[in-house]
Amino acid sequence: MTTQIGQTAEKPTTHRVRAEKKAKVHLSEGKKAERKLGWMLCAPAAIVMLAVTAYPIIYSVWLSFQRFDLKFPDQREFIGLGNYVTVLSNQYWWTAFGITALITVVTVAVELVLGMALAWIMFRTLIARGLVRTAALIPYGIVTVVAAFSWKYAWTPGTGYLAKLFTDGAPLTERASSLAIIMLAEIWKTTPFMALLLMAGLALVPEDLLKAASMDGASGWQRFTKVMLPVMKPAILVALLFRTLDAFRVFDNIYVLTAGSNNTSSVSMLAYNNLIRGLNLGIGSTMSVLIFIAVAIIAFVFVKLFGTAAPGSSDEGRR
Amino acid sequence: MAVIDQSAGARWRWSVLDLVVIVFALIPVLWIASLSFKTPATITDGNFIPREWTLENYRNIFNTDQFVRALINSIGIGLISTLVAVVLGTMAAYAIARLDFPGKGLLIGISLLIAMFPQVSLVSPLFEIERSIGLFDTWPGLILPYITFGLPLAIYTLSAFFRQIPWDLEKAAKMDGATQGQAFRRVIAPLAAPGVVTTAILVFIFCWNDFLFAISLTSTERSRTVPAALSFFQGASQFEDPTGAISAAAVIITIPIILFVLFFQRRIVSGLTSGAVKG
Amino acid sequence: MADIVLDKVTKAFPDGTLAVQGFNLEIADGEFVILVGPSGCGKSTTLNMIAGLEDITSGELRIDGKLVNDKAPRDRDIAMVFQSYALYPNMTVRENMAFPLKLAKMSKEEIDRKVDEAAKVLELTALLDRKPANLSGGQRQRVAMGRAIVRSPKAFLMDEPLSNLDAKLRVQMRTVVSRLQRRLGTTTVYVTHDQTEAMTLGDRVVIMRAGAIQQVGEPQELYDYPNNLFVAGFIGSPSMNFLVASVSDGKLRTALGDFPLGKRVRGALDSTAGDLIVGIRPEHFEDASLIEDSIRQRGVEFEAPADLVESMGSDKYVYFTVEGEKASAAELEELAADVGSSDLPASGSNLVCRFSAESRVKEGDTARVWINLDKIHLFDPSTGRNITLHEGRASGVTA
Repeated sequence: MTTQIGQTAEKPTTHRVRAEKKAKVHLSEGKKAERKLGWMLCAPAAIVMLAVTAYPIIYSVWLSFQRFDLKFPDQREFIGLGNYVTVLSNQYWWTAFGITALITVVTVAVELVLGMALAWIMFRTLIARGLVRTAALIPYGIVTVVAAFSWKYAWTPGTGYLAKLFTDGAPLTERASSLAIIMLAEIWKTTPFMALLLMAGLALVPEDLLKAASMDGASGWQRFTKVMLPVMKPAILVALLFRTLDAFRVFDNIYVLTAGSNNTSSVSMLAYNNLIRGLNLGIGSTMSVLIFIAVAIIAFVFVKLFGTAAPGSSDEGRR
Repeated sequence: MAVIDQSAGARWRWSVLDLVVIVFALIPVLWIASLSFKTPATITDGNFIPREWTLENYRNIFNTDQFVRALINSIGIGLISTLVAVVLGTMAAYAIARLDFPGKGLLIGISLLIAMFPQVSLVSPLFEIERSIGLFDTWPGLILPYITFGLPLAIYTLSAFFRQIPWDLEKAAKMDGATQGQAFRRVIAPLAAPGVVTTAILVFIFCWNDFLFAISLTSTERSRTVPAALSFFQGASQFEDPTGAISAAAVIITIPIILFVLFFQRRIVSGLTSGAVKG
Repeated sequence: MADIVLDKVTKAFPDGTLAVQGFNLEIADGEFVILVGPSGCGKSTTLNMIAGLEDITSGELRIDGKLVNDKAPRDRDIAMVFQSYALYPNMTVRENMAFPLKLAKMSKEEIDRKVDEAAKVLELTALLDRKPANLSGGQRQRVAMGRAIVRSPKAFLMDEPLSNLDAKLRVQMRTVVSRLQRRLGTTTVYVTHDQTEAMTLGDRVVIMRAGAIQQVGEPQELYDYPNNLFVAGFIGSPSMNFLVASVSDGKLRTALGDFPLGKRVRGALDSTAGDLIVGIRPEHFEDASLIEDSIRQRGVEFEAPADLVESMGSDKYVYFTVEGEKASAAELEELAADVGSSDLPASGSNLVCRFSAESRVKEGDTARVWINLDKIHLFDPSTGRNITLHEGRASGVTA
């Protein structure tokens, strides 16, 4: 027998029915239990992260408004934006800023190209794939200063094989050549990481798309530029964002290779020198704040202008 | 490209490319190893392969308190930081990947912010703060910033792993009679274990590698880690060239990394590419 | 074994959207009930509410006479088979099936016994030590079912369990599911969007649309006597043909010709004005040359060129294009959207007729087609109601 529910002629109400795929799963205690669990699980991590960064940042800003030199602790006083004026009108600061910018732009650009090539090799090589990937991970894992020492000794006249092969003088004592060596060291160290991020993007290019392009008559280069690059664009942007921010923070290599001599300091080097060597908390903090602002601007530009997607914020995996 | 060329010619070409990559990647490592085996006399001769071999450099550094203490510091601080970061990160990553609660986006934003943070900006205040509360030149003094900077990495890697676990499994476990806790322990946790191992490796590498915090927040071998100690190395005496000693120390601290990479290459690649690339 | 009663069960989301409204259904002990409908109709939500994986906003759910609204899934003693099978990847087949029993803290001997029993029923004995990754789709499906039956629960809930299988395997597995249910006699609630599965598997079928039940009944009943336009168009493959019709001079005017109207139907029509929709199933057409004269007068005939002829071997499907306005109503649009054909260009309607295999009609021929007037349905486009239904039975338009 046909049972009728409600009236036969009744149409469904005008309430829109949400696709049931969005329905969430929870115990009959409801969302409250899930929320509480979520907060409890996140709390320790959140607390640690905030405690160790938020407070110090605020403290740092406060310090930057003071003349505070640990060598003369009695002369500590509040001077408002005085430190900022000092730093921003200082030739050393701008030189360091320029060096940092130069290193950032050059290394990231080179790494993008080399990284793409390396990603391709790691992804597609027909033989010894494991070996290549292992070898490529070594620069990533090795302690930066170890590699820096290796390069330093390699370019030291007399001691080093590279010095012997390529030059007569002492490349690390001249500005242009030492900058080049610093950039080489940076590129060597971080190209593999760039390559890995790009390889993740490469893996997402559907094979079918390439086959279709091939059938449509595209050459290898055209397939690369017109099919792979567009699909990889989000991955490339993320890789660029992380590498640019990283490059801006360059420190380890410069410290070991030149210790900043011959005007090869980066902004981080400069801040470190003023702070830990010079024990000038006021100026050091000021530089720290300025560096932070610069990094924030870079990140902002990437996210807003280039549309880099922040990784890890999607909802996939939850039904 | 789309049609994979498997011919012998292609294999040769790939072999050459592979070789170039491998050589490039390994040269600095081989060089510093070579330096570490050179005798003091030949250390300035500029040859890639040592003409005279010796283990003296290694013996020397293991005799110094400086190096041995630094090694212990690196290992201890690294392990503790990794442990804490992974535990906290696993909890947070699970919540972010599988649960819904307000403030989730905020947490993700904060951890991204920290990942992009210029570390030097943190050095200044931490230097002063740790000095005043007595954490300067101590293990916790380094462990805290390491955990803080390791957490975004841990959360990012782990939430990618958690997201790959099918959501249905938890529902099925509940239908089979499990509580939320049992579902996590018996079904989700075993599946997340590989992810946890990978994350631990990545975080440990990060801690092992750090230089800036190490030289800023330490001053004696009480807490100085190896990267920092390296840069302060003297030779056996004040006048001796520390090159050999530094090289030997450098090699020693590179060995764990090489071992990690050798044994866990697949995992590391998978972790860094969020599982997009299979071995 | 238990009966399940849903009493005015409603599911509302925090923003007010109603996924399920006023759902009333009594499922008898041992019955096989199917919930079917297009995506978004609320069938999976209803199933999840029975399972306890979703909260019930209002209304009562009783299993075996006991109110279970607030009970956690594990306390309801029901088992569920998921569309994705949800097998634990790190456990072997045996461990997968033993998992619920281990959670219930049964002894090892008992667990082994039950697992072996279930494995025998589903022919999984040879696969007990494999991991899910090493199983085919059909095997995984059987393991998922095995995990459900080991507990001998009060009821089975199945959420589109066959949707991930390929077509041929699906047909096979349908019989496995059917036989299993009959053998175990367990109350089963089965969700699918495939009306063929609904028709072949269920004791009773519940057709849902936008959170509300459209009709409940045995498959044949829903097929022969659909309550409304939606049910008529949803059930049956190829689906019912719909044409625009109007009443004039006491006759039903359609693009295929004029149909005579019987007294009762005419009476029911007086209260409705405007255009109507005529619904005719493909099998109620026939090649006029194959109809005996004695029967011919019970219907009408028309002539039209055959656009396309599909020979299935057992029948022939002949396609005609009917000029003129296409029948339209909200239900028809929804059905078309669900199938995906709403984007296809169509001026005029496509008519599908099922002729017997002996018909000689070929593409391009002008065919003479006979329509069985005893079997056609009339619908009111504004409400979707089936006007020809009389006491739950349709008697064509000639009554």
